Amino acid sequence: MYDGGRILVGLAIFVAFFTFPFWYNLGNAAYQGPKLELPKEKNCVNTKQFMLEKHMQLLNEWRDEYVRKHVISYKNQLTGQKFKISLTKTCLKCHQKEKFCDKCHSSFAVQPYCWDCHVAPKGAK
Amino acid sequence: MKRRQFLTTLGLAGAGLTLAPVLLRATQGEEAKAEHGQAEHSKTEHSKGKRWGMAIDTKKLTPEIMEKCIAACNRAHNIPHIPNKKEIKWVWMETFHHLFPGQMYDKHYSSFSEDKSLALCNHCEHPPCVRVCPTQATFKRDDGIVMMDFHRCIGCRYCMAACPFGSRSFNFYDPRKFLKTENPEFPTRTKGVVEKCLFCYERLDEGKLPYCVEVAEGAIYFGDLNDPNSEIRKVLAKRFALTRKPELGTVPCVYYLI
Amino acid sequence: MLEKAIKGSKLYWGWVGLLLLGVLIGFCAYTVQMKEGLSITGMNRDVSWGFYIAQFTFLVGVAASAVMMVIPKYLHHYQVFARTLILGEFLAVAAVSMCLLFIIVDLGQPQRMLNIIFHPTPHSILFWDMIVLNGYLFLNILIGWVTLQAEHQGVNPPNWIKPFIYLSIPWAVSIHTVTAFLYCGLPGRHFWLTAILAPRFLASAFAAGPAFLILLCFLVKIFTKWDPGKEAIQSLAKIVAYNTIINLFFMSLEVFVALYSNIPGHILPLKYLFVGIEGHHAYVAWMWVSVLAGLAGFFLLLSPENRKSDNVLALACLLVFVGCWIDKALGMIVGGFTINPLEEITEYLPTKLELIISFGVYCAGFLILTILYKVAVGVKQEIEQKPV
Repeated sequence: MYDGGRILVGLAIFVAFFTFPFWYNLGNAAYQGPKLELPKEKNCVNTKQFMLEKHMQLLNEWRDEYVRKHVISYKNQLTGQKFKISLTKTCLKCHQKEKFCDKCHSSFAVQPYCWDCHVAPKGAK
Repeated sequence: MKRRQFLTTLGLAGAGLTLAPVLLRATQGEEAKAEHGQAEHSKTEHSKGKRWGMAIDTKKLTPEIMEKCIAACNRAHNIPHIPNKKEIKWVWMETFHHLFPGQMYDKHYSSFSEDKSLALCNHCEHPPCVRVCPTQATFKRDDGIVMMDFHRCIGCRYCMAACPFGSRSFNFYDPRKFLKTENPEFPTRTKGVVEKCLFCYERLDEGKLPYCVEVAEGAIYFGDLNDPNSEIRKVLAKRFALTRKPELGTVPCVYYLI
Repeated sequence: MLEKAIKGSKLYWGWVGLLLLGVLIGFCAYTVQMKEGLSITGMNRDVSWGFYIAQFTFLVGVAASAVMMVIPKYLHHYQVFARTLILGEFLAVAAVSMCLLFIIVDLGQPQRMLNIIFHPTPHSILFWDMIVLNGYLFLNILIGWVTLQAEHQGVNPPNWIKPFIYLSIPWAVSIHTVTAFLYCGLPGRHFWLTAILAPRFLASAFAAGPAFLILLCFLVKIFTKWDPGKEAIQSLAKIVAYNTIINLFFMSLEVFVALYSNIPGHILPLKYLFVGIEGHHAYVAWMWVSVLAGLAGFFLLLSPENRKSDNVLALACLLVFVGCWIDKALGMIVGGFTINPLEEITEYLPTKLELIISFGVYCAGFLILTILYKVAVGVKQEIEQKPV
């Protein structure tokens, strides 16, 4: 192989970098998901599975629905319950930012910019 | 030829990546909403068919009342107190001389032009700020309120150049640096977006009056200009009122009862 | 052809290195602005557009000036401009690039800038400005590159480029007209609410642009030993002369309207700029220098002997350029905002960080200009050295 020595060395370094996460964490405990503090109110805007997967899209839609289209309520099709479209006045009335939202976001290194403007109420719920 | 092909492909890819979300948004639209829950497209009963307007009774307004109005608005809406010219003002005190430039040049004969009244966004019928906004971050609602979408604003400040009344403020700083207390019920906004009085749209949705009207001890009328039986329409029929810079054709909905 | 830009003398690389350093310094200052917001600038609630937008306004004019050569060359077959046309087109590319950079650094939320494309708003002039500026950038890159490539290969440019060239003529006028429309359609700003704003912008653009191009031609002659052509430079000098006096004439028209009508809304901004109001007089000296420089440049350019003498011509072009720069890139924006809609006065001066960021953008533009000119002159020199 032309320049074989350099290629093999380079390849070895590349493989080492690429597999870094695996061999660096050898021997550590298994990954544990973030522990969220669930709210007392059981009737959320939608099902847990739906919110897990799509709360981002939901909030995006809510944002445009309320601010731009002046639509104020959202109906949960399963339970028929109506909710006010608002991050602060609906979601944050039950969920606490530090004990719920931040737990997953910090653990997955997600930094939603919602908190640049929206104020999370402090104190116990 | 290979380098050129590469650059062409790169350019086309870049253009495609920019246009893709526009096309996606156009095709996705309604299906995504039908999947889950239902956003009811009903306007709140409190705003249907309405055209909000304000009439400030300059005879009843005193500096003490004005201070209360400004304080109530600032507290509720997390308006920072910035001690320099990069300030944020939603509603503030101005002399008649500055509120109505071009109408008050008789300073020597009376002190009227130095008397104070309130300045705020006029929520015009034909707002130049809405006309110039390149992203529709400021837009006119059906009920007449000139609204701000802080999520969409890119901070170009064209609306500030366009407003003939100087009603708009820009967040040069992160406002939280200058906020002593935060009201969690209303967002604080962030650096880089333009803001102004929004006629307390969040209060109107709950059937309440704007904060400044509430604490004004009857000096400010607020109501539906479309309803001939509303208090504001009655007072405008009885008293002579000025609007700011009517010759510009913006048709403000804030009246100053003389 | 790009390979011509990566082979150069020590002087070339030294210059490129300096420009890159300038860009880096500007970028570091910009990171401060990204963190602290536009609070680091001198702008405020009243003067909400400042140095950045003023530079953008001026540079759009410089970019449009390429049309002053395209029209004679392609519509009237004035072959004298054949040598210098590519320099004008590449200057337009660099200038428009700087315009776009200045707009980006001026935004409060630049990461959202694609919102203009995601939510197109035809009733906003800024939307059209984005379209015409990007379109003009694309046109000039395409036309410049294709015609240079054809020259390099010793053939005529392909026929399909002709419609683009003809399109670039009204497009050049449109970029500066649309930029003028940004200002002259605003009901509350009497300093700008005049139909003559667009013609004035065009006149000052067609004075400053070719003046700068003449200076660039002299620099090209000195540093690369390639002569763009004396006759071409002479024609450009005449264009500069006529447009300078037209620009100054239009300015005097504005002064007449303001002073004779005696309407305070019209007088106040001019008074602030040229005389000062209530102790605010930061721009008075600058504005008078601008007028005198323009006049001096014009009278110098009137005489053919002066135009033929390289040194005098260079001085005249510098005077015209500086005069137009002060008028557009300092006075124009500040004049419209300093007297706010409530007739209060808030003076504006750019801060050091603002100037450093602007310096960085200018370095980026000059870097683009250097690289493109290195390619263009390299190609021209190569084809001229080929044995017949």
